[in-house]
Amino acid sequence: MREEKLTALILTVLLSIAAALYLFPVYWMVSTATKTRLDALSIPPKWIYKPTLEHFKAIFSRGSGSSFAHQLLNSFIVSFASTGLVTIFGSLAGYAFSRFPLKAKDDLLFFILSTRMLPPIVVIIPLAVMYRSLGLFDTRLGLIIAYTVFNLSFAVWMMKSFVDEIPKEYEEAAMVDGYSRLRAFLKFVLPEMRTGMVATAIFSLITSWNEFTFALLLTADKARTAPPSIAQSMGVSGTNWGYIAAGSLLLVIPVAAFTFILRKHLLRGFTFGAIKG
Amino acid sequence: MRIGDTGLKWLFLAPTLLLLLFIVVFPLIWSLGLSFCKYNATRDEPPLFVGLQNYRRLLSSPDVWRRFTVTGRYVLLAVAGEFALGFGLALLLNRRFYGKGLITTLFLLPMMFSPVVIGTFFRFMLDPNWGIVDHVLSKLGLPRIAWTSDPRFAIYSLVICDVWIWTPFMILMTLAGLSTVPPYLYEAAEIDRASWWLKFRYITLPHIAPILILALLFRTMDAIRFFDQVYVLTGGGPGEVTETVPFYIYKVAFSYWRTGESCALAYILVIVIIGLSSIYIHYLNKVRGR
Repeated sequence: MREEKLTALILTVLLSIAAALYLFPVYWMVSTATKTRLDALSIPPKWIYKPTLEHFKAIFSRGSGSSFAHQLLNSFIVSFASTGLVTIFGSLAGYAFSRFPLKAKDDLLFFILSTRMLPPIVVIIPLAVMYRSLGLFDTRLGLIIAYTVFNLSFAVWMMKSFVDEIPKEYEEAAMVDGYSRLRAFLKFVLPEMRTGMVATAIFSLITSWNEFTFALLLTADKARTAPPSIAQSMGVSGTNWGYIAAGSLLLVIPVAAFTFILRKHLLRGFTFGAIKG
Repeated sequence: MRIGDTGLKWLFLAPTLLLLLFIVVFPLIWSLGLSFCKYNATRDEPPLFVGLQNYRRLLSSPDVWRRFTVTGRYVLLAVAGEFALGFGLALLLNRRFYGKGLITTLFLLPMMFSPVVIGTFFRFMLDPNWGIVDHVLSKLGLPRIAWTSDPRFAIYSLVICDVWIWTPFMILMTLAGLSTVPPYLYEAAEIDRASWWLKFRYITLPHIAPILILALLFRTMDAIRFFDQVYVLTGGGPGEVTETVPFYIYKVAFSYWRTGESCALAYILVIVIIGLSSIYIHYLNKVRGR
């Protein structure tokens, strides 16, 4: 149908323009990050300029910039370590919730979900007091534990929804053949859970990588991650916006890449497995 | 040795349940205790039991009520903006066009970014001296606005930033809802020559209502819970006109160090959140029951 094709074409053009306008802040971040300190503040803005990598160099060079590089490293270590833990624990618990009978299972699952609905600040106040007396304050380990717990409720629900889709016959057939439940799980169910585990892991990786409140209040200097450091890099005067934009970009770009990998599972992730998408 | 099903069940559940017990349940019980005490976490003095004094003082304080009003306004404006924009864009994105997967994913990107990083950059874009937003406004012949420092507009700078980040979530949820409408219903309506509005009102809306309510529930809760954008965009200012409740709790706990009082206010906020979510869930069940 000719008319239909024309409508589709017009819509494509319109939505492309709309997407470009919507993502203007991202373009502006890239542009600010590659401008000199002076160019970044120029009004009227310089649309055409000589791009520079000075801010990225400053971030990774020794001296004044090295503290941000250190915080990026902290972000990296804390995100990956907590993601590893949360994926393992969440998969095991997700399997258990999906397959085994349990008293008050729905109540327990709802309770696990509700821990995620709490405002972070509510948990952080007692946690900060506790961490100080346990020596976990301003340590990567402390933040890794906090992020693991923070993402656990999500991981359990997400993994349960994936395990629910794997037919029970997988391990039942194996158990008839003499496998123990544990070996049947490891050999036949776990490989089927791979997609779910990858989706859960990427989600928790992004959440931890982006997290602000726990990092702000449970770390000070040694274990500080990048997001609170970006937030606090605005000075009263003479803020170096090019530098901040460059740092922000280093946080944003990996997330954008992962979003494309994850795009089939976004819906399930944001609804805790409730909507399969 | 073979592990029985019961053994395996508890083995698999143990790490999750123990972590939640030690890092969530135990601290929450402790902070409930502290909420009845006068306590400063930076001093060596032990907590002093004062009964309901913290709660009484907080609930009768106009400062606290003002923060609840600010939070309510912020949440209402932001969620309504996200809903309107996201719903409209989703209706367009649900139609047939080229490059659908790519364009849709591009629209979804902002919700994956760190809100605190985006907030920081919005502060730059909304700056009255160096910001691109005011430059565009003045080019269009509109007055410049001191977004984050003018008491009349500061809350809108928070709303604008939140809408930019979270409209994608509303797009995602609306698209999911639209995909559940069986196409044969539209075909049947086509035969009956039903108008666009009739189709929307009697086919689309009933099908997507549950997921829309779920989307609103998620967004309302998140907008109340977090204070990332307040922290970087306005710092609660000018004065205190954009101090939301969680941000105020943060200040009471970590600037004024009135730890006991902050725990009490945290519990008041949790009760408000539980109340609000049960209203949403009530409507959700009502819509689903039809």
